[in-house]
Amino acid sequence: MSTTLKRVHGFLAEFDSVKDLYHAAEHVRDAGYQRWDVHSPFPIHGMDHAMGVKRSKLPWLVFFGGMTGTCVAFFLQTITQTTFWSDIGLSFLQTLAETYPTVVQGKPTHIWTLPAFFPVMFELTILFSAFTTLFGLMGLIGLPRLNHPLFTSKRFGKFSDDGFFVCIEARDPKFSQEGTKSFLEKIGGKNVELVEDEI
Amino acid sequence: MSEAVATAPHTADTHSGAPRILDREPLVLNQRSYSWITNRICGIVENKQPSLWWLLFIPSVLLTGLMVFCFVYLISTGVGVWGQKQPVAWAWDITNFVFWIGIGHAGTLISAILFLTRQKWRTSVNRAAEAMTLFAVMCAGLFPAFHVGRVWMVWFLAPVPNANAIWQNFKSPLLWDVFAVSTYFTVSVIFWYIGLIPDLATLRDRCKPGLKKVLYGMFALGWRGANRHWSHYETAYMLLAALSTPLVLSVHSVVSFDFATSVVPGWHTTIFPPYFVAGAIFGGFAMVLTLMIPVSKIYGLGDLITPKHIDNMAKIILLTGTIVGYAYCMEFFMAYYSANKLELQTFQMRALHGPSIWAYIFMFSFNVFAPQLFWYRPFRHNLWVVMFVCMCVNAGMWFERYVIIATTLERHLVPGSWRVYEATWVDKYTFLGTFGFFMMLFLLFLRFLPVIAIGEVKGVLPQSNPHHDDHGKDGVQEEDLMGYPDRHVPREAAA
Repeated sequence: MSTTLKRVHGFLAEFDSVKDLYHAAEHVRDAGYQRWDVHSPFPIHGMDHAMGVKRSKLPWLVFFGGMTGTCVAFFLQTITQTTFWSDIGLSFLQTLAETYPTVVQGKPTHIWTLPAFFPVMFELTILFSAFTTLFGLMGLIGLPRLNHPLFTSKRFGKFSDDGFFVCIEARDPKFSQEGTKSFLEKIGGKNVELVEDEI
Repeated sequence: MSEAVATAPHTADTHSGAPRILDREPLVLNQRSYSWITNRICGIVENKQPSLWWLLFIPSVLLTGLMVFCFVYLISTGVGVWGQKQPVAWAWDITNFVFWIGIGHAGTLISAILFLTRQKWRTSVNRAAEAMTLFAVMCAGLFPAFHVGRVWMVWFLAPVPNANAIWQNFKSPLLWDVFAVSTYFTVSVIFWYIGLIPDLATLRDRCKPGLKKVLYGMFALGWRGANRHWSHYETAYMLLAALSTPLVLSVHSVVSFDFATSVVPGWHTTIFPPYFVAGAIFGGFAMVLTLMIPVSKIYGLGDLITPKHIDNMAKIILLTGTIVGYAYCMEFFMAYYSANKLELQTFQMRALHGPSIWAYIFMFSFNVFAPQLFWYRPFRHNLWVVMFVCMCVNAGMWFERYVIIATTLERHLVPGSWRVYEATWVDKYTFLGTFGFFMMLFLLFLRFLPVIAIGEVKGVLPQSNPHHDDHGKDGVQEEDLMGYPDRHVPREAAA
């Protein structure tokens, strides 16, 4: 007899088509489950609504990331290439960087040379926004991770080909071994299986 | 079927000449299933490569070696081995830089701008086009790095003070270019990689346990297609598209500032940024077609890259080519209208009686006349004609940059310093070598990564819409029928 301890992750049910999955999601949402998800090979239009998922907060993160980029570029350029900070009495900023503004092309060293700094400000805004998007996305979805209990299921690998799955997790307050299984079967789930994770 | 053909004219007649509403042309032909798409695209990576792949790969590696040799020779001997001498200080190297960076722009246009404008046909070509962008920018980046002369000092471009605490001159367009190109490359990599994650998961799930599975698994980051993830993922994808759109327009604008902010006659014009951007998209689409038509034929992807895709891209080439032609003419008008003798003389030398009018003739005929063939639909559907025009455009866009850069400098302000530019063998072989480098990277991409965005193509199939058959008209988009359901004719019936 095996001595490995197992922890129940949840029930995994398979559906035949996008349409079935969509309607199943509406049923699970209406039944009041909280800890559940659908798995599909591509994003399904309207699924957020069917699941009752709120809009992503990512744009806010990216907005602040982008603004950081703008500010970095502004300070980098004005501190190193103008006498603006000394002029307004904040010379310590310039002594920190030990700068010698380059006087070429007839462009002055006061703050009104600012338009020449716009391209770099723009580029760094985009650069910082893109990095915030990447890392913000990773943070919000909790990836990368090395493994996940769902990968113990033999059928689950189909999700990246043509499989459509609903998984209700054992963490859900409404979860029960019998009730959830029969619920998933009632809404049209096929091959309902209990996913267990070795601990 | 014969029944349908018989009823089609009838439907039209009953409405006294009112236009018939056709089905939308399907994006994937022959009603392919999800697993067919997965198998076909993953099969390219999983099966043995056709012998043609090796026939292309081996020369590409050899040409890459030639490029490396040329750069080593350049470093060990000095930049004098290139053909530029005063006054032609910018020649093939900068021409090649602008040429390659321009090619990259089509990839970002397809991935970002066509995404924001909901052009669903982009899904079949965006992955390969983005890969092309990255490889083209890699080729482009080599030239300015070696153009600086002492390549080991190239870190001076980075915003780090030198030993005398002197910082970069941020007011210079050349430094803007450094920021623009490096940002462009980085953001393109991020965009491409985020798009790849679900497809890497597909490859991971199909692999047998082993090194491959571990590697694909690591890069797939543990993706499991959860909708709570897709929700954030789609937002991230849209944000990157929205960020890349102004970025791609800015990159070639900044490249054009290198010229436009100088006081050289022939360069100092405000038309340069839009003209350069249109030219970049034009040249880039030609390169996308040059790559994708053979890929589609060799790997049997005809159901995914359909005549509709090629037709659409040909139309974009026609549009941008005509914009470029307009810009060529407008440059002449501005030179005349400015009443500036030097400006006018520059253009006369370029096109009428200078030493390099051959380059201007090539440029004009390849870029403006050749794409006009695409007005005629059968030409857009004949792959030989399309490939011919694309080859013309590829060459023509190189000549355009050569005309702008080298032939302008040949006839500089002081006639005493006029000199006709001649490229050396090092110039020529370095440029040839970058084609090998580009092809080598693209072939490796075909070998190891999915050439078409599997998940995105599945998403545009009719059965991927959860409501697609709610109204009993399979495959017909609701909005098309709204208002006039009785005028609808199935596509097969109309044919």
